[in-house]
Amino acid sequence: MTDSTMKMDAPPSTWQRFKESHFWHSFRIDRVAQISFAIFVLYVVMALSASFIAPFDPYDPSQIDILDSEIPPSWDDEGDERFLLGTDAQGRDMLSTILYGTRVSITIGICAVLLQAFLGIVIGLTAGYVGGRVDSLLMRIADIQLSFSTMMVAIIVLAVFQATFGTELYQELAMIMLILVIGIAEWPQYARTIRASVLAEKKKEYVDAARVMGFGRLRIMFRHILPNTLSPILVISTVQIANAIISEASLSFLGLGMPVSQPSLGSLISSGFEYIFSGAWWITVIPGLVLIVLVLVMNLLGDWMRDVLNPKLYKG
Amino acid sequence: MTEQTNSLVQIRDLYKRFSISGDLLDQLQFKGGKIVRHQEYVHAINGVNLDVMQGEALCVVGESGCGKSTVARTVMGLLNPTSGQIAYKGERIDHLNDRQILPFRKKMQMIFQNPYASLNPRMTIQQTLQEPIQFHNPNMSAAEVRDKIHEVMFSVGVDPTWGERYSHEFSGGQRQRISIARALAVDPEFIVADEPISALDVSIQAQVLNLMMDAQEQRNLTYLFITHDLSVVEHFGTRVAVMYLGTVCELAPTKQLFSQPRHPYTQALLSAIPRLEDDRPDYIKLIGEVPTPVNLPSGCVFHGRCPHANERCRQEIPVLRMLDDGTQVACHGVEENRL
Amino acid sequence: MPLLEVNHLEVCFGLRSGSVKALRDVSFTLERGERLGVVGESGAGKSVLGFSILNLLSRPGFISSGHVNFEGKDLASLSPSELRSIRGNRISMIFQDPMMTLNPVLTIGDQMVECLLAHRKISMADAKRVALQKLKQVQIPSPEKRLDQYPHELSGGMRQRIVIAIGLLLDPDIIIADEPTTALDVTIQAEIMDLMLDLCEKNNVALILITHDLGVVSQVTQKMLVMYAGRIIEQGPTKEIINDAQHPYTQGLMNALPQMALPGQKLNQIRGSMPPLQNIPRGCAFNPRCEYAFETCKHNLPSFTQSGNCLVACHMVAEMKQVAAHKEEL
Repeated sequence: MTDSTMKMDAPPSTWQRFKESHFWHSFRIDRVAQISFAIFVLYVVMALSASFIAPFDPYDPSQIDILDSEIPPSWDDEGDERFLLGTDAQGRDMLSTILYGTRVSITIGICAVLLQAFLGIVIGLTAGYVGGRVDSLLMRIADIQLSFSTMMVAIIVLAVFQATFGTELYQELAMIMLILVIGIAEWPQYARTIRASVLAEKKKEYVDAARVMGFGRLRIMFRHILPNTLSPILVISTVQIANAIISEASLSFLGLGMPVSQPSLGSLISSGFEYIFSGAWWITVIPGLVLIVLVLVMNLLGDWMRDVLNPKLYKG
Repeated sequence: MTEQTNSLVQIRDLYKRFSISGDLLDQLQFKGGKIVRHQEYVHAINGVNLDVMQGEALCVVGESGCGKSTVARTVMGLLNPTSGQIAYKGERIDHLNDRQILPFRKKMQMIFQNPYASLNPRMTIQQTLQEPIQFHNPNMSAAEVRDKIHEVMFSVGVDPTWGERYSHEFSGGQRQRISIARALAVDPEFIVADEPISALDVSIQAQVLNLMMDAQEQRNLTYLFITHDLSVVEHFGTRVAVMYLGTVCELAPTKQLFSQPRHPYTQALLSAIPRLEDDRPDYIKLIGEVPTPVNLPSGCVFHGRCPHANERCRQEIPVLRMLDDGTQVACHGVEENRL
Repeated sequence: MPLLEVNHLEVCFGLRSGSVKALRDVSFTLERGERLGVVGESGAGKSVLGFSILNLLSRPGFISSGHVNFEGKDLASLSPSELRSIRGNRISMIFQDPMMTLNPVLTIGDQMVECLLAHRKISMADAKRVALQKLKQVQIPSPEKRLDQYPHELSGGMRQRIVIAIGLLLDPDIIIADEPTTALDVTIQAEIMDLMLDLCEKNNVALILITHDLGVVSQVTQKMLVMYAGRIIEQGPTKEIINDAQHPYTQGLMNALPQMALPGQKLNQIRGSMPPLQNIPRGCAFNPRCEYAFETCKHNLPSFTQSGNCLVACHMVAEMKQVAAHKEEL
C-alpha cells in the first residue's frame, strides 16, 4: 500500500541537492555576493601562498637594504619596478609585507572565531537545553562578560602579560595570546544566538520524540538540536571574523598586537602612520586599503547570508 | 475503582500545575506596605483517575485548555506530575530518572500532532528510524537493523527505497506515517497518540486512521488516543473519557456515550458536532465563556456554564461514580437523579 | 445581474521552477444574500480563490486571465483607490486565525474606529457608536469594556466574533470567510457559525465560506462548489450535493468521513493524495486516484455536465447521462 501517485526517482546526491538549493540559487543571482566571495577567496589564496608568491621575504635581514627605504609605488615617477607597491622605512617590499600581513590577520581572525564558536556553542547549547538555574547562571556570566568591552579587556590582559613576561616571550606568543583574548572575549555572541535557537527547537515535537525514545541529554543536544541551529551560526561567523580582524588590527595599531617581526595588517598600518606626514603615504595607506576591503567583503557576505538563511523566507 | 489485572496503565489522583509567575524576583510584589510572594498557576490537570486496559483504544476528548495533551505528556514522562502516580503494569514510573525509565521507553511510545515538526529536518528517514532501533537493540547486526527499517517502513506504506530522503520531501500524511513507523520500530505495547490526525486533510486522515487500526490488530497494541474530533472517537475508540478543565466528567464505552450522554458537558459537546444532515447548527447553548485554568471555579469546574447547576455544584467537587450501565459520571445532578 | 460573477478565472504563480497554475478556469456566480461554500482540501486552491476575488494576491501570484465582476464592473480594471473603496467596504474578508488578524498592539476600539474612518466621513464619536452597535450584534458581553481591551486579553471565540464584527462594520454586500472556525473549539464553532448564519440572513449579506469541513458547509450554505487541484469539479445546491454527490472525488470525500463508516470497520479512503500543482496529471487531474477512470480521463479535460441542478466535471457522469438520454429516446 504505497503512495503511488508521487513518482519519485533515485534520491538526489548531496551535490545535486546543493545545486538545486535556495542557497545556491540566491548566490547565482546576486552580483554583490559573487564579487564579495571572489575577492574573499582571492585574499585567502594570496595569504596562503604568501611564501611562494611574495617577491621578497621581508623578514630576512639579508634581503633588505636600507638604501631602498621609502621608495614610492612603481606607478609613481620615483618608483622602482622591483617594488610594486613601494617600500617601507626599513626598505622592505610593501607587497611582500602585505601578503604576509594578510596571512597573519586572516589566521588570527579565523582561529579566534573558531575558539569563540566552540565556547559559545557548548555554553549556549547547555544553557538553552538544560534551562533553569544553569541557564540563568550562564547567561548572567555572559551578560557580565558583554559589559566589558573587548578592547578594554584585551588591552589590560596584553599589557599585563607584556609587563610580566617581557617583550621577548611576548613576541613569540603574540599570535596565540591574541587568538585567546579575542576568542574568549566574544563567546557570548555565539552563546546567545545558539541559546535562542535551542529554545525554539526545544519546543518542537522531534525533541519530544527523542526524549520519549529514551535518548540522553547529550545525544539530544549535540546530535538532534545542534544541526538545526547551524544557520544563525553561519551568519554571525562571517561578521565575527571581520570583527576579529578589526579587533586585532586595532590592538596592533595600539602597539599591543603583533610585533614588528611578524606584523599583521594592523601593525603595518601602525608602524607606517608616522610617515604619512613626511610624504610616504603608501606605507600606511596601502595596508589600510587592503584591510578595509577585506572587512568590507566579509560584512557584505555576512549580510547576504543573513537574508538567504532567514528561516521565514527559506523553509528548509 | 477496582484494580483490574489486565490494566496496562494506571493513572491515580493526577494533578499538574504550571507556574506562570516567572522566577523568584518576578514573584515578589509590593502590596499593602510589605513585600509578598505572588504565585500564579495554570491548573492543567485536577485530579484524574484513569486505567487504560490492555488491547483497548481509550480516547480522551475535550476542547482546548481541558488538559488532555498534558495528561498524554505526563503519562509519557515528558512532564513530571505535581502529585499523583502513573504506573505501567503495576510499576510506578512517574518518579524514575532517565536511566531507570529506559526499559519502559521501549514499551511505551508516542505519536505527535504536528507532522511538520515531529521529524528532525536534518536527518534522513533512514537515520531517524535507525537510531531508535540501534539504541534499544545494541546487539542487532547492521543487516538486521536494515531489515527492520525496511519492514517497518513497508508496514506503514512508505516505500523503503525513500530512506535517503529528508522529511521536507514528504507530504504531511507521509510524514505522519513515518512518525508512526518510528514509534512501531521499537515494538512497543502501548502508544499514546496526541491528536495524530488533526493537522491532516480529511482524505488523508482516513488513511492514517486505517493504518493505526491495522497496526493495533497486527501488533496487539493499546492506544491512548487524544483528540478533539468526536466523529473520529465514535469510529475508533472502545472507551471515551471526556475532559473539562483538567477533570474527567464522563468515562464510558463509546456506543453508550454517544447514544446516551449523561454529563451536561458531554451532551453540549455532542450536540455541537456539525452533522451532514442538519439544516442549521442545532446545539445546546452553554452560558458564558470557558473559564481559564488559572483561576479554577470552586466546586464543579463546569458549574458556571451548566444550565442545571445548583448550590451543591458551586461548593462541592463531584467525584466519578459508576452507574448501573457501566458509565462513570462526575456530576451531582446525575447522582441526585435530577438529570 | 448577479452580485458577483467570476468568469474563467486563472491564477498563476511564477516560481523559480516555472509558472504554476493555482486556479484554472474557475467560474461561478453569487446573488445578493446568497451563501456559497467553497470546499476542498489543502492545495486545491480555495484560499487562492478567496484572495483573488479581492485582488489581494501578492507576487509571485497574479491573475493571468479571466474576470471577477462585482455588480457588473471588472475588479481588475479598477484603479487602486477604487479597489480600496471596495475592499472592506463592499466586500470584506475574515481569516482563519483571529490572533493574526487583529493587531496586538492596538485596542479593539482603535482597530474598529480606524476601519470605519477609512471609509466613512464621520466623527470619532459616531464611529465609536457604530462599533458598539456591531459588537452588540455579534453578542459580545459588555461591549463597552471590549473597546478598551487588547486582543490578547480575550478568548479565541471572542476574538473571532470581533473579527466578524469588523467584517460587518461597513455593512458589506459580501463577506468572504476563509476557514473562520477551523482554529476554534467545537462548541465555539457552533456558536460562531450560528451567528454568521443569523447575521447573513438578517442583513441580506452574501457569504462565501471557504472550508474543508463538509459538516459546516451543509449547515450554513445554500450552494457549494468543490475544488480539486485548482479546478471546480462539482457545483450546485448544497443539499443536492451532500445527499447525492456525483463526482467520484466528492463521493470519496464524504465517504472518508468517520460518520460514514461503521464503528470498528476501516474507513473508506481515497488512495494517493492530491498532486502538487507543478505536477498535475494530464486529462482529469483526479484520474490516478479514481476507481472509475477510463481511457478518456487520462487525456481529456472533462467539461461540465448538467446533472439535476448540479454541474459536474466528470467523463463518467457525462457518459452515464448520454446513455440515460439515449434510453429515454428509445
